[in-house]
Amino acid sequence: MTEPVLSVRNLTVEIPTRRGVLRPVDGMSFDIAAGETLGVVGESGAGKSMTGNAVIGLLERPARITGGEVRLKGARIDDLPPEEMRRIRGKRIGMIFQDPLTSLNPLLTVGEQLSETIRLHLGVTETEAGRRAVAALDEVGIPAAKARIGSYPFEFSGGMRQRVVIALALCAEPELVIADEPTTALDVSVQAQIVALLRRLCRERGLAVMLVTHDMGVIAEAADRVAVVYAGRLAEIGPVREVIQTAAHPYTAGLMASTPLASVGQRRLRQIPGAMPRLDALPDGCAFHPRCERADAQCRRDPAPTVTGCGGRAACWYPLTRSAGEDVA
Amino acid sequence: MSDEALTPPATAPSRLRSAWESDLIWSFRHAPVAMAATAVVLVLVLAAVFAPLIAPHNPFNPATLNLMNGFTPPMEPNAFTGEVFLMGTDDQGRDVFSTILYGMRISLFVGFAAVMLALVIGVTLGLLAGYLGGWTETIIMRVADVQLTFPAILVAMLIFGIAKGITPPEHRDQMAIWVLILAIGLSDWVQFARVVRGATMVEKSREYVQAARLIGRTPISIMLRHILPNVLNPVLVIATISLALAIIAEATLSFLGVGAPPTQPSLGTLIRIGQGFLFSGEWWILLFPAITLLALALSVNLLGDWLRDALNPRLR
Amino acid sequence: MLAYILRRVGQSVLVLLVVGLVAFAMFRFVGDPVDAMLGQERTQADIERLTVELGLDRPFPVQYWKFLTQAAQGNFGLSYRQGRPVTKILLERAPATLELAFVSGIMALVGGIALGVFTAIRRRGVAANVIMTVSLIGVSLPTFLIGILLIYIFAVELKWLPSFGRGEVVRIGGWSTGFLTESGLKAIILPAITLGLYQMTLIMRLVRTEMLEVLRMDYIRFARARGLAEKSVNFRHALKNTMVPVITVTGLQLGSIIAFAIITETVFQWPGVGLLFINAVQFVDIPVMAAYLMLISVMFVGINLIVDLLYFAIDPRLRLDRGTEAKA
Repeated sequence: MTEPVLSVRNLTVEIPTRRGVLRPVDGMSFDIAAGETLGVVGESGAGKSMTGNAVIGLLERPARITGGEVRLKGARIDDLPPEEMRRIRGKRIGMIFQDPLTSLNPLLTVGEQLSETIRLHLGVTETEAGRRAVAALDEVGIPAAKARIGSYPFEFSGGMRQRVVIALALCAEPELVIADEPTTALDVSVQAQIVALLRRLCRERGLAVMLVTHDMGVIAEAADRVAVVYAGRLAEIGPVREVIQTAAHPYTAGLMASTPLASVGQRRLRQIPGAMPRLDALPDGCAFHPRCERADAQCRRDPAPTVTGCGGRAACWYPLTRSAGEDVA
Repeated sequence: MSDEALTPPATAPSRLRSAWESDLIWSFRHAPVAMAATAVVLVLVLAAVFAPLIAPHNPFNPATLNLMNGFTPPMEPNAFTGEVFLMGTDDQGRDVFSTILYGMRISLFVGFAAVMLALVIGVTLGLLAGYLGGWTETIIMRVADVQLTFPAILVAMLIFGIAKGITPPEHRDQMAIWVLILAIGLSDWVQFARVVRGATMVEKSREYVQAARLIGRTPISIMLRHILPNVLNPVLVIATISLALAIIAEATLSFLGVGAPPTQPSLGTLIRIGQGFLFSGEWWILLFPAITLLALALSVNLLGDWLRDALNPRLR
Repeated sequence: MLAYILRRVGQSVLVLLVVGLVAFAMFRFVGDPVDAMLGQERTQADIERLTVELGLDRPFPVQYWKFLTQAAQGNFGLSYRQGRPVTKILLERAPATLELAFVSGIMALVGGIALGVFTAIRRRGVAANVIMTVSLIGVSLPTFLIGILLIYIFAVELKWLPSFGRGEVVRIGGWSTGFLTESGLKAIILPAITLGLYQMTLIMRLVRTEMLEVLRMDYIRFARARGLAEKSVNFRHALKNTMVPVITVTGLQLGSIIAFAIITETVFQWPGVGLLFINAVQFVDIPVMAAYLMLISVMFVGINLIVDLLYFAIDPRLRLDRGTEAKA
């Protein structure tokens, strides 16, 4: 197997607060290969965006990486000095944010913002950068790209702006793209277009994509594999089809049961009782145990072990499906 | 259920306790600057209120004044009378410490009264403008805009000048304090009106106000019972900051000679008097009132600054 | 855009008319102008003659109109105190105030923006915190105390700079300038610092707050995520966005320098219009007060208009023509 584009091992992010140290990301491990899209799902506050920010080195103080490592094409990037990390951002890792309305600088034309990024990373002349900026807009499906290059962000609709954001994230031809809730702020009709666009660009360019979302529909549509995150920890990771149809972790199963998905077929939606614990009040043992109907004394006492099988992994004492591990539930 | 509801004594201490543990108090207990500022304000206010009891002399009673005591430096016995004064005396032999205590009374009184005036006018007009909208709003906010074009201190000077022109010359000194309050108060209502209007417009569209309207509450009762409590936080912040500004405005006007008269000197008047002795070496006549004014304005300002941060979690 | 400017000009004229009404009402109803202008020895005939001369026997709107037309021509009557035309007195005094306001305005603007940006970028640094604390003291410090303090240090103790007046001035046409003599330049230093310091503090704090707000925006995070250098993020992306709200307040601040000059001019006995105004208030010299009010209003309204026009230069969203063009 070839080397993955992104490789994250035991990544831990901590925030010191007056009520003690919070750990929004706790021992996260996953890989993303070229041309592959990894969906990261979880409730808000589960640590999905924080993971994305940690990978690209944009954690806001006082949050910081306190353990584990991040490798890009085999080379460690989590311990790089800020200036070197800055040169990787945009050039090798692109990022797409949630709200296209606020992601673009309102006072600069889209052309100015594009060519500024292109010139910075590719070191081309101003004319060449301008030409590439038009091409980048054209590629993300903006009609009459040449004419719109001098327009300001407010002159575009929400969906068009998100296309501009994608063009900006991809204009320096990165190997990895982190898309943080790229469709959440958009109209439903536009969401599908943006997902399709991301999917196409990823295939055409062999991009590795980390798609952070809370929308299982988007995952099912766009991702190859999915990582389910709960309270800062990886609950389960595996190929989308397997995870959706035969979830191993009770939380994943609950999440699926509460999501209306065409691929799962018609059935009543169920909800998971309770709510995700706050980071300053995490229970001992498995963080999910207060909401889990399968939990017992062991779950309350010890952190869940990782079990593998069916091409994926899950962190659970009593996984729902048969696995290669010794615990057969 | 009803039994529990009928036992307020049991809940009162816990309510007190929860107030003590509320975010505001929590942040106060962890803000040494705010606590120090509060201490300074308290000491100064108490000193001003109890000035007649604390002050060693009554600087406004000519009978107790001795011109021989003039220009006595602080903590040194006077060459003629042998009397000792904590902060020295001015040219007329008045004890500087006592004039400061009495001067602070006037400064604080004018400051508080002016802010109260501005608050009442501003909150009332702001509520009306925000709630009623239409012509009422247009007129009130237009006037506010025009007034805001001019610095408050200039507006205050103009009002002072006009009021001085209207009052007969023989009453001018007596009226000066009230004219000052009017001038500063009228120059400062716009901030209150703007904030209250903004908050009122937000609250007005909330469901609970809509509900109150649906069940037939009168506009006045909705404004007073539902909207007013929700705009108190910003009003409190503005009032505190305004108090510091009003104290400075009073001092400035008095310093410029268009405020408190020499017969009823405020801190600003004292500084005006003291400035005359800057070159001749009697520094204490200027220094002590200036330090007092600075301490007062600074600590009220610090308090306002902290209050604004504490009540606005977004900036924390 | 033309329609917008016309509307703004219309509003400005309205403001001036209202201020004119206030000024006129002051002139007409505060004290008795006839009483104030005639000396102790007066006859009934004098009073009647002056009443007709001033037009005080005419209906109110006619008088107001006459006041406005005369004000527009720069005629505000005679000063009660000096007995000379108010306009002439104001013109004599104006250069002193304008030169003072100019120097301190530049100081406040340059210093305020530079320090504001610095304290926002180095938010947690020691230097930034020291500057912020000092600035809070600066805001609490009444202008006149700063002036007195400066006089004490630089004039009384060190004897480096003069404590009052403008020094030697050179007359160029109708303008008297202190910029061309050594004593004139020395004389303006302390008043300019006194006047500019407070405005500088305000501008600095405002720039800092706005800059921090902007730095939290998504497009700043996005700019960072694209690997743009800190310098480019801070200045090209953040500062420009900061300027939009800053311009309004700064514009008003610079306008109020003219008004705050009253205090500084009193402390330093600077022979400008501010000192003239404060003397007028003390002696209830209504024509001078009214004229000063009108003068200041014209300036403020003018500055407001310029600020509005500056918006167009900075914020493309306000260039409404383009917006509609793109939509069509």
